[in-house]
Amino acid sequence: MNTATSKTAGGATSVSLALAGSGGAGVMTAGNMLLEAAAQAGYFGLMTRTSGPQIRGGEAAAMLRIATYAVEGPDDRFDALLAVDWQNIARFSAEIPLDAQSLLIGDPAQGAAPEALLERGAQSVPLALKALAKSIKGGWPNMVALGLLAGFAGIPDDAVIAAIRKSMKKGGDALAASIAAAQLGMAEAQRLPHRMPLAPPQGRRSGRWLVTGNQAAGYGAIRGGIRFVAAYPITPATELLEWMAPALTRVGGTLVQAEDELASINMILGASYGGAPSLTATSGPGLSLMSEALGLGVAAELPLVVVDVMRTGPSTGIATKTEQSDVNIALYGMHGDAPHIVVAPNSIGDCVRATQWAVTLAESLQTPAIVLSDQSFGQARAVIERPADLAFTGRRKLADANTKDYKRYALTESGVSPMAIPGTPGVTYTADGLEHSERGTPSSQASDHLAQLDKRQRKLASIDYGDYWADVEGDGELAVITFGSCTGPVREAFARARADGLTARLVSLRLLSPVQPEKLAKALAGVKRALVIEQNHSAQFLRYLRAEYDIAPKLTSFHRPGPLPFRPEEIRHRLIDWSRL
Amino acid sequence: MTAVAAVAFTPQSYKSDVKPVWCPGCGDFSVLSAVTKALAKLELPPEQVAVVSGIGCSSRMPAYTNCYGFHGVHGRALPAATGLKVARPDLTVIAAGGDGDGYSIGGNHFLHACRRNVDMVYIVMDNRVYGMTKGQPSPTTEPDWDSKLSPHGTGLREFYPLVIALASGANFIARAFAGDPNGCAELIGQAIRTPGFSFIEVLSPCVTFRPEQRDWKAMAHPAAVTPTDDPARAARRLMTDDGFNIGVLYAGSRSPYRPQQAPRVKPAELEKEFAL
Repeated sequence: MNTATSKTAGGATSVSLALAGSGGAGVMTAGNMLLEAAAQAGYFGLMTRTSGPQIRGGEAAAMLRIATYAVEGPDDRFDALLAVDWQNIARFSAEIPLDAQSLLIGDPAQGAAPEALLERGAQSVPLALKALAKSIKGGWPNMVALGLLAGFAGIPDDAVIAAIRKSMKKGGDALAASIAAAQLGMAEAQRLPHRMPLAPPQGRRSGRWLVTGNQAAGYGAIRGGIRFVAAYPITPATELLEWMAPALTRVGGTLVQAEDELASINMILGASYGGAPSLTATSGPGLSLMSEALGLGVAAELPLVVVDVMRTGPSTGIATKTEQSDVNIALYGMHGDAPHIVVAPNSIGDCVRATQWAVTLAESLQTPAIVLSDQSFGQARAVIERPADLAFTGRRKLADANTKDYKRYALTESGVSPMAIPGTPGVTYTADGLEHSERGTPSSQASDHLAQLDKRQRKLASIDYGDYWADVEGDGELAVITFGSCTGPVREAFARARADGLTARLVSLRLLSPVQPEKLAKALAGVKRALVIEQNHSAQFLRYLRAEYDIAPKLTSFHRPGPLPFRPEEIRHRLIDWSRL
Repeated sequence: MTAVAAVAFTPQSYKSDVKPVWCPGCGDFSVLSAVTKALAKLELPPEQVAVVSGIGCSSRMPAYTNCYGFHGVHGRALPAATGLKVARPDLTVIAAGGDGDGYSIGGNHFLHACRRNVDMVYIVMDNRVYGMTKGQPSPTTEPDWDSKLSPHGTGLREFYPLVIALASGANFIARAFAGDPNGCAELIGQAIRTPGFSFIEVLSPCVTFRPEQRDWKAMAHPAAVTPTDDPARAARRLMTDDGFNIGVLYAGSRSPYRPQQAPRVKPAELEKEFAL
């Protein structure tokens, strides 16, 4: 399947389309409608977005991949890029790779196509987008563009019209004009030098979801029992919070917008102390600010969940773009010895389950859990099969009223001790970040310190994390070990590499902490060499694996920073080269 | 048998057996005593009360009570108390701490807690010094107070907590003096009963690093004014007072922050918006 395009006699199985323009041109609106139309027509799809740094009016691009099968990441190249205008679009040339089979469609009225986009032989196709839109009263160029790209990919008219109707519920003249403009675009698509009509859709669309990673994580959190959220806005986590605010209200929960991240983490500590399963969502800079209070959660044994939607760092980095570079801070960011939970979802759908799991683990083990999502999940919207329900059980162990000689931090065998919730008589105690005795009374005794450190470490080993600790697939003497958003592109590269006769095992680690050395050893049994794939500059995941596990196979690292996504061919090439070493 | 007598609460009902780390003569002993007196008078069961603090001498208070306690990180008592009260509106929440914890490292939270007006009491035991770290100037320290960390003084103007509280939207503002535990208890009781964010600045001498504060006994005096609900009058009063006016200096009627919490749908209902 190592072909430049996935066009076959029966139609394409995957088409990649980009729609770019300056702010206000409506490319995101049209992109979302195109994804919706593809979904309505029974296709799978993924839409990611990129934009310049401006708040308003900057250039932006919607990047879509529409396929007959579920897609978990971008393809290697784009079949068509349609530019509503050319303003600063050359900036996206690395993110929207074009080649000799690609069409670069643009309006000659906006000037000539930028050389940077034509370097690799894309065919420039002039299209009088503005004039076409003007030919319809109230018509907009982005709707013509929507129709044109839909026509290029062979998405049926009725699905496009249904998608327009769904997002323009007010109807009236504006709706009619949008439909007319899209139909004009669809007709115009027939005149393109070539088209990439998709093969007929597979399976039934009912039961599928159209969802972003941020929404998925928010829903997983609520499903896990979260009823209190405090947070401070930060890209790319804000949409998670904006989805949760009204959703929490509906299920009887609350979201408080805090004055900063120090406040958000401390608010959820307070709420959790009060008995409410609590969460905050943030990105790298916010997680840095929360480190001290996360340690309080560990010491005072208060359950809480922090969803870190990773972006490039350090410092402000590139706020709108993805990277897996918060592995170190998530695992080792706290002072003192602070055992806690770190979970990484490995697909948009998995954001539901991994976040739900994190809530369950935090609550039942009475400690903070960090969920490592990233921008490529959070701000991407995908058509997916509804994520399977997993039966995560485990609730907070509560103290009974009037327990005789109650000790909040009793040295139980499991390390988990019953927690008194304010309002319960006869078991009052003080939750404390100071080291304490079993009763919770501040103590500077070496014996109490050791006993409580042991207890807090012990409880993380007190449960069986089951099969959900990692996704283990395939077999052979070679393996790839990865996590998070690298998993999708690795899976796709595996599928392609099979055509080259390469088979390998995939271990996508979901539970980063506490470490599961026995499970990983079993998953890697018989493996001679393993390639560790991650998206950051210093191989943080590889270093973690080396430090925490006795891994028998020889490890090789394939790491590079964001923000460019891993593409399947990039990984396939690396896999092939490495397998022949 | 006659009817069962109501549970009698005494100040002792709210005291734990943990021995305070405070120095003999510290004003904070009186404040602790005032808190227990106020709770006893209001007959609040200890398990219905949560005392929340950050770090510092006075922030040790939660463990010295028999209430639910939360001794968090430095400067963050108010966010923790906010989260607790919003999640558990049925509890009586008292945040307590010192001037360094509340006005310096926690200064931003102070502004926003006043603004947010969540129904709780915030007691600041102000001794104008960092005691736990052994004598550094705080935001309320006089500019010429000499210390190892700031020889010859900071040269900085003092922070005016009551004025800041008023400007930020606190609904109840009072000043108390640790040397008068009964008066202090009375003000704390009033603060608990008043809906919204109630702020009490308690002049609480540090006999170790600021022995001259023993003189406060002679300086504190009842405010020669009646409480006002007019912020403009209160502002004038607070800007011109001598810092030793004791009493309720402002009592407004702003509605407290109270998010809706009644569930309307089951969580599974939420996924309908994703379904195709």
